[in-house]
Parts: sequence; structure tokens; C-alpha cells
Amino acid sequence: MPAPVIDAKNLVKTYKVKGKPDFAAVDGLSFEVAPGESFGLLGPNGAGKSTTMKMIGAVSTRTQGDLTILGLDPDQYGPEIRSRLGVVPQQDNLDGELNARENLYIYGRYFGLPPKLCHEKADELLAFAALEDKAKSKVDQLSGGMKRRLTIARGLINDPRILLLDEPTTGLDPQARHVLWDRLFRLKERGTTLVLTTHYMDEAEQLCDRLIVVDKGRIMAEGTPASLIREHSSREVLEVRFGSDRNAQVAADLHGIGDRVEVLPDRILIYTDDGEKVLEHISHAGHEPLTSLVRRSSLEDVFLRLTGRSLIE
Amino acid sequence: MSDMRDQPDEGSGMPRPASAPGAASVVYPSLDELRAEAMEWGRKPRAFGTWYVTEHMVRAMRAYGWTIVVGALGQPILYLLGLAVGLAALIEAPVDDRGMQVPYLVFVAPALLMTASISVASEEFTYPVMAGFKWRRYFFGFSSSALSSPQIAAGVVVGAASRMLLTVGLYYLFIWIFFAWLQPDATSPETAWLMIPIGVLAGLSFGIPLMAYAASLEDDKGQFALVQRFVFMPMFLFSGTFYPLANLPLWLQWIGWISPLWHASELGRIVTYGNWAEEPIAWVHLSYLLALTIAGFIIGRRVFTKRLAK
Repeated sequence: MPAPVIDAKNLVKTYKVKGKPDFAAVDGLSFEVAPGESFGLLGPNGAGKSTTMKMIGAVSTRTQGDLTILGLDPDQYGPEIRSRLGVVPQQDNLDGELNARENLYIYGRYFGLPPKLCHEKADELLAFAALEDKAKSKVDQLSGGMKRRLTIARGLINDPRILLLDEPTTGLDPQARHVLWDRLFRLKERGTTLVLTTHYMDEAEQLCDRLIVVDKGRIMAEGTPASLIREHSSREVLEVRFGSDRNAQVAADLHGIGDRVEVLPDRILIYTDDGEKVLEHISHAGHEPLTSLVRRSSLEDVFLRLTGRSLIE
Repeated sequence: MSDMRDQPDEGSGMPRPASAPGAASVVYPSLDELRAEAMEWGRKPRAFGTWYVTEHMVRAMRAYGWTIVVGALGQPILYLLGLAVGLAALIEAPVDDRGMQVPYLVFVAPALLMTASISVASEEFTYPVMAGFKWRRYFFGFSSSALSSPQIAAGVVVGAASRMLLTVGLYYLFIWIFFAWLQPDATSPETAWLMIPIGVLAGLSFGIPLMAYAASLEDDKGQFALVQRFVFMPMFLFSGTFYPLANLPLWLQWIGWISPLWHASELGRIVTYGNWAEEPIAWVHLSYLLALTIAGFIIGRRVFTKRLAK
């Protein structure tokens, strides 16, 4: 394997809280990202994903641990590292006083690119983001999906070696998400290393070669989406609903069926390699669910298994 | 680059394989090459980052460009006409400014110019700073690029200073016209132009500490309106702007002593009168303005750095 472009060892970030012991937002993360890899941090809100991203982005300084990005220490070489990164933050920070094209142009200038090149790149990236006809529109007039695309386009102005995306599709409608995913695939095909955080398991499954599941600043599991599912969940999941007042009562009777039974407020999940067979078994036992669904296991199930909590709460 | 409009995943709802087919053919540079590339790319932003921020700030000002130009042209015309032609008609006797007999127009003009610059400062170092950190968050966009926090703070300062330079330059032009029209002999034009750099310094000495304060605010609860009413206005009224400070009772004069406007106005008068007997005190005024500017910048830079690294 080639030398990692991101190398984190025991990364810690603590914040001072008045009258309480320091709060560790990131509590000893270790991971490596290979060049060209698409690496994900999956976890619920407040897991420490964004804090980790800011440290990788050479913006926030670490409290403890070792970190190198492109072979450089961010404490010492912040501007050098950032000059080769593209960053798509969780909250858009485009300048609403400027139009779409100017936002791209001026961002190129931050890297010291000559004005002529910035103009060329701006036009090229407007096309990439399908925003040519919005070139002269003030950013405030763009839709959420358009702003997101513009932010991603902006992050590419310096042809970055690594693109950092913090919750890239949160708040977007399904179609806008698919368009974004498509853009990210194309970048990946061109060899850009992607690091993204998400709390959508379908996004992680689609985009990530490898991911870490993070909760409370610690790594719960690491692997490819498929291996994580194989390791921590069964092949299939049967979801049955008996109505919110009966779920718990029926669940008691279902004990011992399948590999594992998980009772959620609105439904019961039964982990098994053959969902249909278990469903038949339940019916024979005299329990007729209001609705039932057999699906394959997802990262959501892995997360539920590892933390006892759901990703989106 | 290809176009973004064609739909991905047409027809099939199947998830795509996570490994991209083309990825294998891409040749990756070694870590040494990547490191060398980053060092090379970092050189220009490290050296010129402040100017890149300035470029952005000046560009963003174009959104309210007409207010800047109308303000910079209208203020001197209105104030000079009102005070120099209107009020001066009432005050026919020259002002006794520490022993020098000065026509009222000549007395008041430098102070008006300094006020104009400080007034620009009270705009440029408040709302745009709040917008950069909170409302539009564009400072966070700067800081995730190759720029550093001190460069961002410095770029905001240089951007605002360039607007002050425009305002003060135009003000000086009008003062020159009014002097030529009404008081052709009363000035010492060889040094009067120094009002321009002094004016910019006046704005910075008031504005940079204000920037440090604005950068430390998490929420706008009307603090800037209070600054306008209870800092800027009293300063304007009690800094010997319209009459010599010595005319105030001693228990009010302290407002002038701590006010950058008073120090700047006094400096402006010295260069306008060409009164070099006052040179020693001129250095005191200048030192005070520089001290505010430098201390404000040191604190402001620290606030920017801390807030952007959160």
C-alpha cells in the first residue's frame, strides 16, 4: 500500500467547559487514508466527526496525538496543507454579496492563482456544477442544492489532492443528493482522495471504500461497508410492526427467534439470514403483524448493534 | 470536465459499487512529491494572503458601492456648506486656538475630515466583521483555504483602510476647494495634505479596537447601535470638533483626551495651520493614535485566530 496521505494517531481534541472537566470531542482516533481512497466517518450528531474534519483540514489544532496530512504536520504547515485541500463545510460559507462566478473566482485568488486562470477555472467549474446560467446570480438567490454544488465546485478550484466533505448532502432532496453523488464519483475516478462525514448510511455505503464508525469521539468499528455489515449484522433483517402499544408485548414472545431481536419504539427488528422463513414462523405462532418487510442489513443496523442507538435520532 | 445535468443511476435503484473502475489507472505521486507540491503551493498565500483578503473585501464593498460614493461625496459638501458657509457666517470672529487666530472654516475642516474617516470605520469594522463570523460566515471560508487567521484580520483592516483613503481623499479635495474659495491665505498647503494619512490613521485607531470587539461578539444584540450612540456621538460632540477643547469645563475635557478623534483633529490642525511650534505635542498625538491601532490589532488578531480555530 502506498504511504497514507492522512495519518492520524491517537488524535484528541478537548474543549474547556466552565466548572466541569474538559470535554473530549475527539478521544483518541487513529486511522490512515490511502491516496485515491474514499474514506468515511459515520456517526450520529455530536460524535466528533466535524471536529475531526477541522483537524484534518488544518484549521483546528489538536490537543494531543500525531497527525500528518500529505506528509506535513498541520501545526507547522497549515497554509501549505490547506493549499492542496478542497473543503466543503457543513454550513455553506459562500459570500452572499458576490455572485456565483465571483465566489469561485475570488476563492481561486486565495491560493495565489493568477487572475486569468481563476477566470478560466470559474467557468469550467460552473459547467461542472451545472450553474452556467446562474453565473451572475447573487448566491442568496440560489436554492440549497445549487449552493451546495457551488460550494463543492469552489472546493475544487485548486485541483485539490484531498477533498474534505462534511455532511455534503444534509438538507438536500433525493434528486439533488443523487446529482451530488454522481459528481463525487467522477472526482474519485480522477483520483481525488475523498474524506466525508455523514449520518446517512446509504450515502456511506455508496461513496465510501472504507469507513470508521464513530461515537462519542471514539472509533467503534472500521472496515469496508460490506465487511462491517458481515461482521456486525446478519444477512437480512425482518421488520415487523404490531402497533406501538403491542410491539413490546409481542417482542417478549419472539425472544429466541432469529440471531437477535431489537425492539424500537415503532417496530421490531429481527436479525436473521432468512427473513421470509422467520416471518412464516411468526405467523404460525399466531402473531399477525400490521406490516412486515424483509430487507438486507445496512450500516444503520451495524450502528444500532454497536451503540444501541439509532443514527438519526 | 463533463456536464452535471445528466442524471446518475438512470433507471436502476441499485447502489453502485464503491470502488471506481477508473481509479486503478491513476498514478499517485509519492508522499515526498506531495509534500514538495504543498510547500510550493503554500509559498504565495503565505507571502501575499493579506492582499487576497483585501481583494475580496473591496470586491464585496461594490455591493453597497453607491452608498460609499454618495457618502464620500455628499458628506463633505453638506458639512462644509453647513458649517463653513452657514455657521461661519454667524461666527465672524476668528477662533482663538491656543493663541493662534484661525478662521472658523480652517478650524473646523480638519476635524470634519477626521470624523468622516472614523464614521467609515464604525461601519466597516462592525457589521462586515459580524457577517464574516456569524451571518455569512465567509471568514471560515477564508480560513479553510490557504489563508491564515492573522492574514484575514489584516486583510479586513487594509480593505477598510482603502475605503477610508477614498473618503478622506475626496474630503481633502473639497476642503481644498472651499479654502481656495473662502480662505485663500489662511492655509499652509505644503503640509495640509498630511490630513489624508492622518485621517486614515484616525479611522484605524478607532476602528481596529472596534474590530477586535466585534470579532469577540457571538450575537448582535444591538451592541453596534450602542457604540454609535454612546461612543461615537459623545466623541463627536466632546472632542473639540466644533470649538477648542479648552472651552469645555475640565470635568468634560477627559473625553477629548482619550478620544482618537480629538488627537487626530489636533494633528490635522497643526498640519493645516503649518504651526510647527506645536511639533512636540504633535508627536504625542501621533503616538496615541499609533498605540490604539497597534494594540487593537494585536488583540484583534488573537481574537480572529482563536475564533477561526474553534
